[in-house]
Amino acid sequence: MNTRFDMMLPRRQTILGGVALAAGAAAPAHAQLTIDMTKPSFEPVPIAIVDFKGDKVGADIAGVVRNDLQNSGLFRSISPSAFIQQNMDPNTPPRFPDWRGIGAAGVVVGQVTQSGGNIKVDFRLWDVVVGQQATGLSFTSQPDKWRRLAHIIADAIYKRVTGEEGYFDTRVAYVAESGPLGNRVKRIAIMDQDGFNTRYITDGKTIALTPRFSPTLQEIVYMAYGENNAPPRVYLQNVESNRRELLGNFPGMSFAPRFSPDGTKVVMSISADGNTDIYEMDLRGRALRRLTSGPAIDTSPCYSSDGSQIVFNSDRGGTQQLYVMGAGGGGERRISFGEGRYATPVWSPRGDFIAFTKISSGSFGIGVMRSDGSGERMLANGFLVEGPTWAPNGRVLAFFRQQPNSGGRAGSVTLHQIDITGRFERQMPTQGDASDPAWSPLIPQ
Amino acid sequence: MRMIKALTAIAAMLLIAACSNDQQAAAPATTTVTPGSVADFRQNVGDRVFFDTDQSTVREDGRQTLNRQAEWLKKYGNYQITVEGHCDERGTREYNLALGERRANAARQYLVAQGIPAARIKTISYGKERPDPVGSDEAAWARNRRAVTALQ
Repeated sequence: MNTRFDMMLPRRQTILGGVALAAGAAAPAHAQLTIDMTKPSFEPVPIAIVDFKGDKVGADIAGVVRNDLQNSGLFRSISPSAFIQQNMDPNTPPRFPDWRGIGAAGVVVGQVTQSGGNIKVDFRLWDVVVGQQATGLSFTSQPDKWRRLAHIIADAIYKRVTGEEGYFDTRVAYVAESGPLGNRVKRIAIMDQDGFNTRYITDGKTIALTPRFSPTLQEIVYMAYGENNAPPRVYLQNVESNRRELLGNFPGMSFAPRFSPDGTKVVMSISADGNTDIYEMDLRGRALRRLTSGPAIDTSPCYSSDGSQIVFNSDRGGTQQLYVMGAGGGGERRISFGEGRYATPVWSPRGDFIAFTKISSGSFGIGVMRSDGSGERMLANGFLVEGPTWAPNGRVLAFFRQQPNSGGRAGSVTLHQIDITGRFERQMPTQGDASDPAWSPLIPQ
Repeated sequence: MRMIKALTAIAAMLLIAACSNDQQAAAPATTTVTPGSVADFRQNVGDRVFFDTDQSTVREDGRQTLNRQAEWLKKYGNYQITVEGHCDERGTREYNLALGERRANAARQYLVAQGIPAARIKTISYGKERPDPVGSDEAAWARNRRAVTALQ
């Protein structure tokens, strides 16, 4: 099911059945294998992930699963050195008292088998508290895709415990920065969300900025400068073939592109005679439609998750604020009213929140508000934080932090992720300085 | 202070050594430059004007610089002109691209009003992507909110 044989992506089968007996009322309150994320506070779920048996890649897979779950902030991965039960048979229930004894709420066991040139990975999540299997799944893929298998397993565990979709089998595009700040090389990189498998899709000869994924992850839109002082323009690039094409050859700068949720359109800003407005390009016929007008700067457009509206920032009222309009233009209304300037609005994939960058009192913050502008809440602050992007489950955001420059030297620029509660901020590993993250949807299986 | 001077001198020597194939850069910085050269424009006219925070209105000091630029550019009509708009780092990337475009356009329009043919002047915005100088204080930010007239 959901198989894409052409790319030999992991194949998913729920062969172990046995789905989900929730930790019931019998479970003690202090260590359940569930998280109610609507509560104001909760303890990370202690979980033990045993090295998968059957192949040496089994230990690597378990390591990736541990890392994913630990980095979410919602789990505490118990060190394997604390495990009491050893040499477990993946197909028989664990000795639950041994796992209760080290404080685990769940234990994950699995095995890897060779299967006609592919690897098959089975795993089970045991609910230690109630002494039953919580979930069990089996996946098949090419051997070199084992990291993806591990992320898919981590997603399954995350979903079983939190009730939310996972976000580990995803990628992050970003601007990789290197060299002196006055002549910085900025190129588009794509990595797995845990920092592995980095590759560069632009060559760095000219500055490339603001990468954004298509809904299928097959393409990226971004802005790049031309050679010989040609104005920056928006490019559409296939991430497999690296074939790229210019989206419209306008006399002025075009920038700030973003896909519509159905992938048929790209919304972007185009400048003419110093004035910047928002346009929509239909990718099927390259038809261009103007969505805003007037002398203000209108930029950083982003569609709502259902594609019916666009949020953007504009200085039409004197300072940079957030506005929402219909996806075809019109009906523009301001939604940000706090102190300071608001920028880079991004609509949550769940549709409930809009994340933004806020500049006030000389510092920067990343915040969220409901899509009508109410309920503003700041999550992260700093000298310069910018550019929020949502993980596909709408619970986690990434953004970038720049440290102050000093003595003519560039401050570091790093990617960070944070839970929507404002907790669990952590730096995301990148190869060198990095800005402007774009979190992909879940990779199609 | 003496130490700083010595270091500056060493830095200048290194720069000259590094650029020894480049006639213009190799010329000692203190000697007179060739009238009508890019170096003449930069040193004796001034190639950049500065803006207030989040503003694109050319200030009085900028108008004086642009007046001098227009006079010089009329005299030396062989140059094509690109006005580069820049911003400090205290704005978001995309907004700053648009703001830099506004600044470049403001300077361009001023030059056109002084009689430079519009067809001679292109604009480009670098937003906050090309800081000069590199720094994170008010003085550096004030120098970065700029429109630079580059000659080709």
